[in-house]
Amino acid sequence: MDSPTQARMATPEHFRRLHPLTPLLRGWAYLAGAIVIIGQNALRNPAPVTLYVVLGLGFALLATAAGAVSWWFTRYGFDGDALRIDSGVLMRRSRRVRMDRLQAVDVNRPLVGRLLGVAELRMEVAGGSESDAPLRYLSFDDATRLRAELLARAAGIEADTPEAPERPVHNVPLDRLVWSTILSVGFILAVALVALLAALLVFGPSAARVGLATSMLPGVIAAVYMVWTQLGRNFGFTLAESPDGYRIRKGLLDTQHQTVPPGRIQGVLIRQPLLWRPKGWAEVHVDVAGYAGAASNGTTVTSVLLPVAPMPDVMAIVRQVCAGVDVESVPLHPAPKRARWLRPIQRRRLAYGAGETMVVVREGRFVRRLIIVPHAKTQSVRVTQGPVQRALRLASAHVDTTPGPVNATIRHRPPTEAFEFVQEQAERARFARRSDIPEQWMAQHASRVSHGDTDGDTQPGASNE
Amino acid sequence: MPPGEEWQAVSRKLVTVRFIVLGASLVIVTPVAAIGLGFLLGSWAAVLVVVAAVLVAAWNVWLIPRIWRAWGYAERQDDLLVTHGVMFRELTVVPYGRMQFVDVNSGPLDRKFGLATVQLHTASPASDARIPGLRADEAARLRDRLSALGEAKAAGL
Repeated sequence: MDSPTQARMATPEHFRRLHPLTPLLRGWAYLAGAIVIIGQNALRNPAPVTLYVVLGLGFALLATAAGAVSWWFTRYGFDGDALRIDSGVLMRRSRRVRMDRLQAVDVNRPLVGRLLGVAELRMEVAGGSESDAPLRYLSFDDATRLRAELLARAAGIEADTPEAPERPVHNVPLDRLVWSTILSVGFILAVALVALLAALLVFGPSAARVGLATSMLPGVIAAVYMVWTQLGRNFGFTLAESPDGYRIRKGLLDTQHQTVPPGRIQGVLIRQPLLWRPKGWAEVHVDVAGYAGAASNGTTVTSVLLPVAPMPDVMAIVRQVCAGVDVESVPLHPAPKRARWLRPIQRRRLAYGAGETMVVVREGRFVRRLIIVPHAKTQSVRVTQGPVQRALRLASAHVDTTPGPVNATIRHRPPTEAFEFVQEQAERARFARRSDIPEQWMAQHASRVSHGDTDGDTQPGASNE
Repeated sequence: MPPGEEWQAVSRKLVTVRFIVLGASLVIVTPVAAIGLGFLLGSWAAVLVVVAAVLVAAWNVWLIPRIWRAWGYAERQDDLLVTHGVMFRELTVVPYGRMQFVDVNSGPLDRKFGLATVQLHTASPASDARIPGLRADEAARLRDRLSALGEAKAAGL
């Protein structure tokens, strides 16, 4: 390695370290792990208690010391137009997060972190499960400041622009959240399980009671835990809109604050379970590149834009996400009658439509789904045909998006229609991309204003070529 | 294969390679399974294994040339078309601008026959644009052309 490379590899002086409590917080996790392992051993072969206490403390100390060393060698800072994170003691690792590729910024605060005033900052960039770059932990103020700077740089404006003001779009009140959880299959199963357990305890043969009870207990605990996490995760859900994109705040004990910049939403799924239909509620999921597969290392990354909201509100928000185009204005074409051989129940619900700016797919009889993919976000288009479909003269068309909950599959169309759709969709995607929101969303906003075209209705093909 | 495009076929050697793979795996798996199951369950099991192997071989002898014939790709002005599949047919359209990167793979057997597989990756793992059985020079040409086009027409996510 020659000296200029080495000089470039060296961490610049202005780079900062993570919060000094980081090793302690991480060491805490190791201590918990050590307690579990040692506790299990202690139960199996009892020995003097002091031995185990010493062992556990030793583990925790070692882990904290290792954490401190790794903390000392981890530094981050802006290097040109990218955020660089240098870490590692023996294996030096330098990661650059390009701001123009930034897909989302999350500030997560686990319960312990909230008590100590620290937060985790995650940057999502597109590409694989290894692409997320967490900064664990920063002081809460630092995290907020860094987020504002990241978003400003990603938007293509001055780095020291203060965080943009926001406008609340939707709040999920607690009673609705509780009801939506009660009206879920998981909750009803849990209640049924508990009822069954109680019945068995009361009426079952006395010899089998204990065995039955203990065998069903894990299931009950799992169900209760599931309901609890569902409630706790989406507690106080607030969706707000700002020039930086959508901001989502949620969580009871662990709080999450997600920011999804404009133009980063790759697809939308509106889902209405059967039990929510009398209430007229629905949930909205979105595809954001980098979110899928990032649910590793403890923190949950979800793609929920709205956990539960009345249909009119859902439609209004989806209209905003889709650049002001009404989803219901897209005419839908139902699937041909012969599709009933493959989808006897939901055949009448199967439909799709291609509007000016997006593809809409409708499906599902019991759980109603409406899938929306903007033309500009189409990655590739496919037609598939299985043997049964061929016998029935049917084929399916797929609009591929980045990984996530949104899968736009137009099922069971006449083959010629599917082929035509695929050809046209490729064409539409190409035109739409020319007038899509640029990666540096504010930079273009400024130029748009100067051209006197403020409403975003750029003529397709008028620029960029 | 929808008409109206200039479909390119893949190399006929793909059939040979697939036959070799089929033959080799049958030659290895059949005796082991026949002897093992024969000892465990009786000689009828060994006969059954042999019959199954013959059926698999016959089915593949019928299928492999058809699979080869079903592969096709067309380089259009703005996108690449790839089609394949006999039982489950698939046609993929990948706009050049959506390409993230191009892979060229060539295993030992492929190299022996001068073949390579070109795979296009978009931001969606579902875009299944893989073309096997390309001659090595054609694979290199396609890779260079695709990356050049991808760069020229690149769009963000």
